[in-house]
Amino acid sequence: MVPPNFEGGDIVASEAISRTLGTVASLPARAVGPFWKWAQRRLGLKKLPWLFLTPNLLSVICFSLLPVIINIIYSVTGSDNLYLQDRRFIGSDNYSTLMDCQNYLDASSCSRDLFWRSLGNLLMFVPLQVIFMMGIALVTAVALNGKIKARGFFRGVFFFPVMLSPVVVAMTWQWILQRNGLLNGILGFFGAEKFSWLADSNWAFFWVIFVTVWAHSGFFMIILLAGLQSIPGDVYEAAKMDKASAWRVFSKITVPMLRPVLLVVFILAVIRSVQTFDEIYVLTGGGPGSATMLLVQYIYETGFAAQPRNYGLAAAASLLLGAALLIFTMIQMKISGGKK
Amino acid sequence: MTDTASQTNGPNLVRFLTRKQGGIKMTWADRVTYGYLLLGVFVMLLPVLWVFISSFKEPANLSEYPPTLMPVTMEKVEVEGYKTPLPLFEVVQEDGSVKVMAQIRRVGIRAQMVDPENPGAGRVTIDVKKATPVRKFHLAIENYEELLDSSGGNIWLNIYNSAFITIVATLITLVMNSMAAFALSKYQFKGSTVALIAIIATLMVPPTVILVPTYLIVSQVGLVNSLWGVILPAVATPTGVFLLRQYMLTIPDELLEAARMDHASEWQIYYRIVLPLSTPALAVVAVFSVMSRWNDFLLPLIVLNRPEVHTLQLALAGFQNENGIVWHLLLAMTTLTALPLAFAFLFLQRYITAGIASTGVK
Repeated sequence: MVPPNFEGGDIVASEAISRTLGTVASLPARAVGPFWKWAQRRLGLKKLPWLFLTPNLLSVICFSLLPVIINIIYSVTGSDNLYLQDRRFIGSDNYSTLMDCQNYLDASSCSRDLFWRSLGNLLMFVPLQVIFMMGIALVTAVALNGKIKARGFFRGVFFFPVMLSPVVVAMTWQWILQRNGLLNGILGFFGAEKFSWLADSNWAFFWVIFVTVWAHSGFFMIILLAGLQSIPGDVYEAAKMDKASAWRVFSKITVPMLRPVLLVVFILAVIRSVQTFDEIYVLTGGGPGSATMLLVQYIYETGFAAQPRNYGLAAAASLLLGAALLIFTMIQMKISGGKK
Repeated sequence: MTDTASQTNGPNLVRFLTRKQGGIKMTWADRVTYGYLLLGVFVMLLPVLWVFISSFKEPANLSEYPPTLMPVTMEKVEVEGYKTPLPLFEVVQEDGSVKVMAQIRRVGIRAQMVDPENPGAGRVTIDVKKATPVRKFHLAIENYEELLDSSGGNIWLNIYNSAFITIVATLITLVMNSMAAFALSKYQFKGSTVALIAIIATLMVPPTVILVPTYLIVSQVGLVNSLWGVILPAVATPTGVFLLRQYMLTIPDELLEAARMDHASEWQIYYRIVLPLSTPALAVVAVFSVMSRWNDFLLPLIVLNRPEVHTLQLALAGFQNENGIVWHLLLAMTTLTALPLAFAFLFLQRYITAGIASTGVK
């Protein structure tokens, strides 16, 4: 956790921004001045900080704490009513409905087969996507950390998909992958037949992983690059003196010294991978069939898209998801020695 | 991030690509690195570039296979006696020479054509295999015009909705988060650690997990189908508070003491001293807020159900369902949606990467 690093040009820019904002913002700020003066006299310096914290804490309570509690209530109540007073208590029924399976290895034997299918897809998707993504991010970061010409250009190119919205990403790739698209065009140049990439389950699954990696690896690359640049150069100098091979330098110096950053990246990557929804929803809609449907889409479909809306089931599924994430993070923290 | 300023990158790249042998010697590791990076440039840039180029192709050009590299259109010509302009074809004559002719209509594998220079000579039936269309480079700006004019100006509403949410939410986020960060960095008071932990702990609650209750709360307050229903649930960002607090800790307390000597109120200290000094951190928080708000999809998807409150992202995703996919409009819209952030990225790349590198969250 290093403070952000700002250079000359940015300071000029930020001064200009601050002057403009300062003039604009000072009017409403001055307008509420008397209220704050009065509050300061009433509360004193010991309690005044709480007034500064109030808006934020209110938001935390209303939109984080309260929802967690309501979610638990939803998951133990039934009926398709949104309002809590109209819902009746049904205990663990929602959970047992989700878990109801003849044979846990065969999703079609479950009463909620889509839940198990999306869970199965997720268990395939997360490891593959995270490994693929961290591999690309690490290789790119190491490549960019060397003595490279036009490093800023390359870094920008690898990073910019992070800026694109998931919908734009999905539309872009849909356009590339469609039957008359660029990919078939390029492959056709070498004599291949046209192919509907997103209509085949296995290929659709591959492209879903590929596209999410394409969109997000730049984000992790930046974190890893910052980590790499904090490794002191004299360690590498010493390795050079000892005539260590490039691979030995990478495996014996770079990776071990990068371990704390790699761990943070790993946790973040898993948490975000588990929550993947937007890109896939727009790219394949979870299809063909349910081949690329992941858990968050199941929650969305159960709670919002299906009729009747089954909020209880959706809440139960999302609590299971949240619990899994919590356990995963805690195990990771434990392994890393409880430091963050 | 110690490289040279980004404006030197262009020339650098050119110099690198046009470098001759006899310059600096490349080891094989360098070659592999540059090979990998260039492949990366190809894979990362090409799709987006392709969408951009495609958005300037007219519908007929879009449905062609194999796709043409550049946007092209059929050359057409006015021929006496025909109401609409006729497309031109290069036709291989029986003696092997090539003649330009205008096509009147096509039936199966035969086409009726006429000589545009001499329409009086009458129609000729020609095998379509012998005719290739005459084409010229043409940017189909019409796609954009059609997009902006059609659907009853809904697109302007979408742009307004997205812009409103982005700007208002970012302003509120900046004010709320900086106030909290100010309290948590510049005062010692009972419970400050608890408050900080409570705020940071919300990081552990992914928005997708609390989707249903968020919808309940939004609808209880009567904000379904209101832009405020999208703005309010995510205004307090734990990473924003964290980043601002870390930055404000570096502002010396003597400055605040001096202001207190001059009878400044605490509120004045906040907005006249601490806020202006935190501008770099505020900029990072603002950039992230703008990015996540402009690109947000799931929360608007559940809160905004009526077309007139849809954001650009929802409208873009909605293009798929109506009548199949209207690619020429969709591609123009994709380009329009991505443009503002592409521009922002050009100017703010350093803020964005610095912010990610220092907090690990966007």
